[in-house]
Amino acid sequence: MTQHFDIVVVGGGPAGMAAAACAAEYGKPVVIVDDNLTLGGQIWRGKDIPAAARKWQARLDSVSAHVTRIHGARVFSQPVPGVLRAEQNGRYLDIAYRKLILATGARERFLPFPGWTLPNVVGAGGLQALVKSGLSVKGKHVVVAGSGPLLLAVAAYLQTHGAKVLAICEQAQFSRLLKFVHSIVTDSGKLRQALTYKMQTMSVPFYAGCYPVSAGGGKKFESVTLRQGKRAWTIACDYLACGFHLVPNTELAEFFGCRISNGKVAVDKWQQTSILDVYCAGEPTGIGGAELALVEGQIAGYAAAGQQDKAHSFFEERARRRKFAQLLEETFALDPALAQLPQDETLVCRCEDVPYSVLKHEPSWRAAKLHTRCGMGPCQGRICGTATEFIFGWTAGQVRPPIFPTPLSSLGAKPELIELQETR
Amino acid sequence: MPERIALTINGRQWETSEGTTIAAAIMNTEAACRTSVTGEERGPLCGMGICFECRAIVNGVPHQRTCQMLCQDGMDVTTQ
Ligand SMILES: Cc1cc2nc3c(=O)[nH]c(=O)nc-3n(C[C@H](O)[C@H](O)[C@H](O)COP(=O)(O)OP(=O)(O)OC[C@H]3O[C@@H](n4cnc5c(N)ncnc54)[C@H](O)[C@@H]3O)c2cc1C
Ligand code: FES
Repeated sequence: MTQHFDIVVVGGGPAGMAAAACAAEYGKPVVIVDDNLTLGGQIWRGKDIPAAARKWQARLDSVSAHVTRIHGARVFSQPVPGVLRAEQNGRYLDIAYRKLILATGARERFLPFPGWTLPNVVGAGGLQALVKSGLSVKGKHVVVAGSGPLLLAVAAYLQTHGAKVLAICEQAQFSRLLKFVHSIVTDSGKLRQALTYKMQTMSVPFYAGCYPVSAGGGKKFESVTLRQGKRAWTIACDYLACGFHLVPNTELAEFFGCRISNGKVAVDKWQQTSILDVYCAGEPTGIGGAELALVEGQIAGYAAAGQQDKAHSFFEERARRRKFAQLLEETFALDPALAQLPQDETLVCRCEDVPYSVLKHEPSWRAAKLHTRCGMGPCQGRICGTATEFIFGWTAGQVRPPIFPTPLSSLGAKPELIELQETR
Repeated sequence: MPERIALTINGRQWETSEGTTIAAAIMNTEAACRTSVTGEERGPLCGMGICFECRAIVNGVPHQRTCQMLCQDGMDVTTQ
């Protein structure tokens, strides 16, 4: 059965929630499709959500007559133009749209180093998500490493949940961090947040220009060796929470043929992509935090609903918040030395267990996929593709459906070709 | 008090609170989730459904991404 909507929003994080709420204010039938069990995206998860999250929940509830929510469904292809196909509990759903808003968020970037595949070497946001969903870290010793503002937030979160954070290691140099702090002095909200996290982790040593060079242990992780300049030292701990900032989830946009520029989905002033009636908001257009995601979501929602004047009123705020996104990009740019961390036997592709020694002779991502099965496993290159882009400078080729592995039964089925109903 | 849920992980009974994902429950038992194609033990990495490292057998169905599934009373989970 194909369901029909005027506006389909893919992704229920801050950007998607704002887009759906704004579009529905004008009575358009809207559906919001998300692969999680609840709305909120990567940031508004679990029980202790902030006031902003509750505000947007309430705004969505107030227009609930026009908003359909589909949870636990992952969009993976487009069987015919204008129809999305999503998988939910092993079955597929077809959803027809007039306008599409992609708000698929971002993911953590993981980089390979010896020992990174050991259990308990987890993402930084990854460990936080696991604790939010019931992992107990009470009394556990954790080293938080990688890059980005997330590290401080994660360390503070883990501490308040009873973990003992032994070190926070940021790969960016101290001089860049200073410039970053200097630039956010005028943004009271951001500054307050940064200071709160810093206060909560006051007792934890913070190292700039520092990164893990290896993780050690038998079957399970036992210790991490860190390097800062010429100094290297080893810390015994239970978890290494390690993520190198975030990367935009552009796969779905790429699949629709939207232009990607510099790893981000290119959009015009209305948040419309290079494809007519396909909009994009939030982290896929560049990593800028929840506030920018909300502003972009509102612009996309209003623009898709034909309320250009309303959308326009957010342009100024968006310009200001985009400056912060630019600042993030400059501050947390990766140190090229990180590309030298994998050793010959270090596995780069975790799904197919392809080591660095095999990949280093390959000329391109395409060749590597063909000859070594790198990127052919279930993550479909989301982990190793991002890593090899940095290590070897490869760019992933064209995205082919399905963009997520799905039970075979949902692939071939033809959608019911029902005339699009006039919903306006 | 959050409601308690009883499930079996690798043949043993465990209790957990409502809202716990299977991945978190498996980690709480100190087990790994899956064995890789070359025989390495693996546990969750991303916690958000993209890396597929948290795959396990849930109620007899293999390759389930356990970080995206909540524990339910009477569930049977086996690492793979
Ligand atoms: C692991 C992680 C932890 C983070 N922790 C913090 C933090 O502690 N503090 C902080 O300030 N910021 C944090 N951030 C950044 C913050 O999440 C973002 O700034 C904010 O959520 C951006 O909102 P968004 O709506 O653009 O994306 P998201 O919140 O990521 O929402 C995107 C949504 O789209 C869904 N989706 C993606 N593809 C599909 C598909 N094909 N089908 C269906 N649904 C799909 C995703 O599951 C997700 O729910 C974190 C980011 C990550 C990745
Ligand atoms: S931990 Fe990555 S998919 Fe579950």
